[in-house]
Amino acid sequence: MLCDVCKAQTASVFLTQIVDGKIQKVNLCDPCSKEKGVTDPTGFALADMLFGMGAAQQIGANIGSEGVRCPQCGFTQAEFKKTGRLGCSVCYVTFAEPLKELLKGMHKGLRHIGKCPERLRLTQERDSALRQFHDDLRAAVVEEKYEEAAALRDKIRALELSGGVKGD
Amino acid sequence: MSIGNILSKSSDWLRGDGPHHHIVVTSRIRLARNLAGVAFPGRAKAAERVDVLEKIRPKVESLPEMVDAVSLACQDLSPVDKLLLVERHLISREHAAKKAGAAVVMNRRQNLSIMINEEDHLRMQSIRSGLQLRAAFKAINKVDSELEQQLDYAFDSNLGYLTACPTNVGTGMRASAMVHVPGLVLSEQINQIVQAVNKIGLAVRGLYGEGTEALGNLFQVSNQTTLGEKEEEIIDRLHKVILEIINHELNARQVLLHNKPNTLLDHVGRSYGTLRHAYSMNSKEALNHLSFAKLACDLGFYGDAQRHAIDELFIETQPAHLQKGSQQRLATDERDVLRAEIIRSKMASFAPPDLESVLVREKEARGGAKKEPPHGSGAGEEPSGTDFF
Ligand SMILES: [Zn+2]
Ligand SMILES: [Zn+2]
Repeated sequence: MLCDVCKAQTASVFLTQIVDGKIQKVNLCDPCSKEKGVTDPTGFALADMLFGMGAAQQIGANIGSEGVRCPQCGFTQAEFKKTGRLGCSVCYVTFAEPLKELLKGMHKGLRHIGKCPERLRLTQERDSALRQFHDDLRAAVVEEKYEEAAALRDKIRALELSGGVKGD
Repeated sequence: MSIGNILSKSSDWLRGDGPHHHIVVTSRIRLARNLAGVAFPGRAKAAERVDVLEKIRPKVESLPEMVDAVSLACQDLSPVDKLLLVERHLISREHAAKKAGAAVVMNRRQNLSIMINEEDHLRMQSIRSGLQLRAAFKAINKVDSELEQQLDYAFDSNLGYLTACPTNVGTGMRASAMVHVPGLVLSEQINQIVQAVNKIGLAVRGLYGEGTEALGNLFQVSNQTTLGEKEEEIIDRLHKVILEIINHELNARQVLLHNKPNTLLDHVGRSYGTLRHAYSMNSKEALNHLSFAKLACDLGFYGDAQRHAIDELFIETQPAHLQKGSQQRLATDERDVLRAEIIRSKMASFAPPDLESVLVREKEARGGAKKEPPHGSGAGEEPSGTDFF
């Protein structure tokens, strides 16, 4: 039997998983199994990586050690395993490490690039603008450009008062 | 407005006037949102869920989109009413089972519904007739933007909107289209399509029935991934795939008409006979026959009025809709009798489809040598349910 990934070498690792209630078999050769992280207990989403199938039922099936508790809601990994659901938003921090592996197999990326609540976006823009002004101010002082420094100080004060970024 | 008021009207999307509505029944976009600092509904205590409800509900009710809305607590609803809302795709089956703190707010046209304390604190859905994913997104995105000004969402700059299930984290968005594809099922291409669609990160499941069993040749296609892509990218990908499916379906029908006209016509004819003359019909049988009645409309045998009647029957013959229209509690066999009765009366004026004319036309097409190959049309053109004939 040939390896499902490279389709060249003889398969030596055979996996069976239940995906969406259906049994799926994946056969891998030794090098491919290592490359796909089959020996890694968190590499659970193998069939997903290979076939792009959903894995809702498998959530948490291979999450590491027990015993960690979410400080906010008291959720444990055992409960996560059982329900496939998290208890609260802090759980995403509490279980960040095992979740990372899980999310990697589940989604297209690990970083959200879509919509962001307007208020948060404004705050973020303001924070990064403030950081920039402070950097510029420090540089201006070092270079003894006092007029420029004064202008920057005004900008910073205005921004801190307004609570948002003024359009250029 | 009361639930009786709203449910006596049929849903807006049932008018079937959206683009490509012959094959794409509905487009839906759902957004999942949670409040920061409160446990997700599955973890929260009853009192916490009630708090969340009291915080969210007034904001939702005062949305400009919800001026003519009905706002219902799940525990105030009878089991039949809840199931009725499920059958109209206004709430999820899971939500119907929820108690303290669970509610739904929906507008009169029933194209916007917001569940509170489902799996997430907020599950907002917009539904449209035909292929209108972008329009549906635009509508629900507006509602979301209005609510975010008044509610503090659980949002992480890396992971996006935080949801109870990690499969929804990021955009929190599920975009889906319901497609009617008897051609792909009859020509046994559906499994191929399902596999191809799965490979690009979209899920296909039968609308009714368990697992991959699809009653009424209805399938739901939706995105599986929610993190690492923009909402618009996900929607565009799904939109393109649905256009492909439309083309494949139209091609499949045409090939069937050329190569196996008797197979296709047999289904249409038998379904007509059964729908017109049966005196007891279970839900599964009804869905499958209604599917071929719908196909008969696509083949040009019936006009818009009949098409609308068929589309309505898909919903009206569901168990809770039958129960609601009846005075006393119905047993299963009584429901089957009532279902057949409703179908018979609604289709009483349907003339038998002129199947013979199709055979004649096909024969002529084959006789007139060097006609276009069956695969010819469809590709590249704007697909539509009638002009391929
Ligand atoms: Zn290999
Ligand atoms: Zn937690």
